[in-house]
Amino acid sequence: MNQLAIILARVLQAIPTIFGIVVVTFLLTRALPGDPAAYFAGASATPESIAEIRGKLGLDQPLPLQFVAYVKDLATGNLGQSISTGQPVATELLRRLPASLELTLFALLLSVGVAVPLGVLAAVRQDSWVDQLCRFVVTAGVSLPTFFTGLLLVYVFYFLLGWAPAPLGRLDMLHIPPPQVTGFLVIDGLIAREWGSAWSAFKQLLLPGITLALFTLAPIARMTRASMLQALSSEYLRTARAAGLSSGRVLMVYAFRNALLPVVTTLGMVFSFTLGANVLVEKVFAWPGIGSFAIEALVVSDYAAVQGFVLSMAVLFVLLNLTIDTLYTLIDPRVRIEG
Amino acid sequence: MTDATYIPQPAAGTKRSSAWSRGLAHFRYVMTSNPVTFLAFVLLAGMIVIALFGPMLVPHDPLATISDKALKPPSAEHWFGTDQLGRDVFSRVIVATRLDLLISVSAVALSFFVGAAMGACAGYWGGWFDKLSGRFLDTIMAFPLFVLAMGIVAAAGNTIQNIVIATAIINLPFYARVARAEVSIRRNAGYVQAARLSGNSELRILIWKIMPNTLPPMMVQLSLNMGWAILNAAGLSFIGLGVRPPTAEWGIMVAEGANYIVSGEWWLALFPGAALMLAVFTFNLLGDGLRDLVDPQRRT
Repeated sequence: MNQLAIILARVLQAIPTIFGIVVVTFLLTRALPGDPAAYFAGASATPESIAEIRGKLGLDQPLPLQFVAYVKDLATGNLGQSISTGQPVATELLRRLPASLELTLFALLLSVGVAVPLGVLAAVRQDSWVDQLCRFVVTAGVSLPTFFTGLLLVYVFYFLLGWAPAPLGRLDMLHIPPPQVTGFLVIDGLIAREWGSAWSAFKQLLLPGITLALFTLAPIARMTRASMLQALSSEYLRTARAAGLSSGRVLMVYAFRNALLPVVTTLGMVFSFTLGANVLVEKVFAWPGIGSFAIEALVVSDYAAVQGFVLSMAVLFVLLNLTIDTLYTLIDPRVRIEG
Repeated sequence: MTDATYIPQPAAGTKRSSAWSRGLAHFRYVMTSNPVTFLAFVLLAGMIVIALFGPMLVPHDPLATISDKALKPPSAEHWFGTDQLGRDVFSRVIVATRLDLLISVSAVALSFFVGAAMGACAGYWGGWFDKLSGRFLDTIMAFPLFVLAMGIVAAAGNTIQNIVIATAIINLPFYARVARAEVSIRRNAGYVQAARLSGNSELRILIWKIMPNTLPPMMVQLSLNMGWAILNAAGLSFIGLGVRPPTAEWGIMVAEGANYIVSGEWWLALFPGAALMLAVFTFNLLGDGLRDLVDPQRRT
């Protein structure tokens, strides 16, 4: 079986998952206590106007028919209207998505960049100071509430030291956003050669990125260390050493490449945490992403907006997992052979 | 609590007492060889005492506002300073312990029992229930869990009760999976077959013969999960769900204090945040310690 077929099969596997997600988000809006029609009609509504709205929203139909209508809406990209902004939810989410993605991807890049070398070093030099540091980071990292870490960083680096800009969004007042290409302000700034804007956007990104990275550091470092230790004690490594290969080659090629596989698998779980923590970090740093949008919607009980947010986050999560699995197929030749 | 992790095997009286003493000896060994676990037990005991008696011990009324004493830094009278309404932060942090522990303990207990029952049935009988519950758990896990909790609370209504339910739902898969795995490897064990032959009903075997043996790994999962449950519940109240002001709760206190961080009033957010961190830290250490106690092979 070739790689493409395996990847295609994996994509097909995601379909029932997405169906489950759609069912859950549908049930969250429709089958729970409370009458959405009465809610949308407002406090001063008459029974007639409630009935009219119920008809307009299709809530007088039986549940299965409502579900079909819901799926049809989703298929055309219609997530409903946000009552707080008056815009379609899909438009609002799409407009804010790049900000969230920029933050999340930057944080993941940062934490993988720190955690993987840390875990490898901790495993190679077991019980040295690097190992102790790794153990400390892992234990502290899982105990720190993300929003609390963020506030501490703001206090130290903004208020005390003055190194970081005010935690208010993606760009300070002095700069205008560069023309949108990728939606990532730092990259857009570089593309447009507006060095000032890019630098400013980068400075704004740094603290929330570090906050989120600190949170994801722990599971990645822990997994890297554990799987590296396992690889180091394996027989193929002993053979490689006995065959007289240089220690650098043994470590980097044979141990590290094999140790990387469980780490890639852990990334899926890490993504789940990151997308949740993202919401908290966005609130702390007034980051104009979809997390902040969801919190604003929650405060004013903007149903459609919250459900649209939950749905799009879940779909994003499924897509990320899909990417990871595809990556896995490319890295690990055994998957191909077994397939 | 530690004793509960060592369920003696059903055996003759003399063997039982020796199993107990061996368990105790192992407990003592783990405690002395790992002082960190001992520290975690001490911290847990301290937290329970504070949760039970805290409201009686605090120096000030946690809800009393004194406007001319607003935003005062920590002093001899107000150890953790006062907040924007002149309330004593120390008293509020202490009083909040009960609510925070209550939310997370009831959420975890709920998902522990429901998850154990679900996983046990799925693991013991298999069949359609196993498939159905497996699909259900997979669907929960397909969501970013904190986001799902947000969605549940938003739909079901913004109350503390719904925070507990939402936290319980997102924790459910972890317990159900452990229970399923532990039950399914034991369902045809020798002692189960013996029990079946001597005429015990299937339900009786599952509840009285198999479940007690799955308790140790479940307990480990429980304490590893507890910290995460606290973090989630506090995260939900940080974004304004569940607990409403002026109730003292760590998450909402950090949220209120967040507005004053940029102007340098650090004590509002720092102390409740530190209390939260300490609680999570305690449960994580405890979880690692319990795992060493139950399963020395999985030590990392």
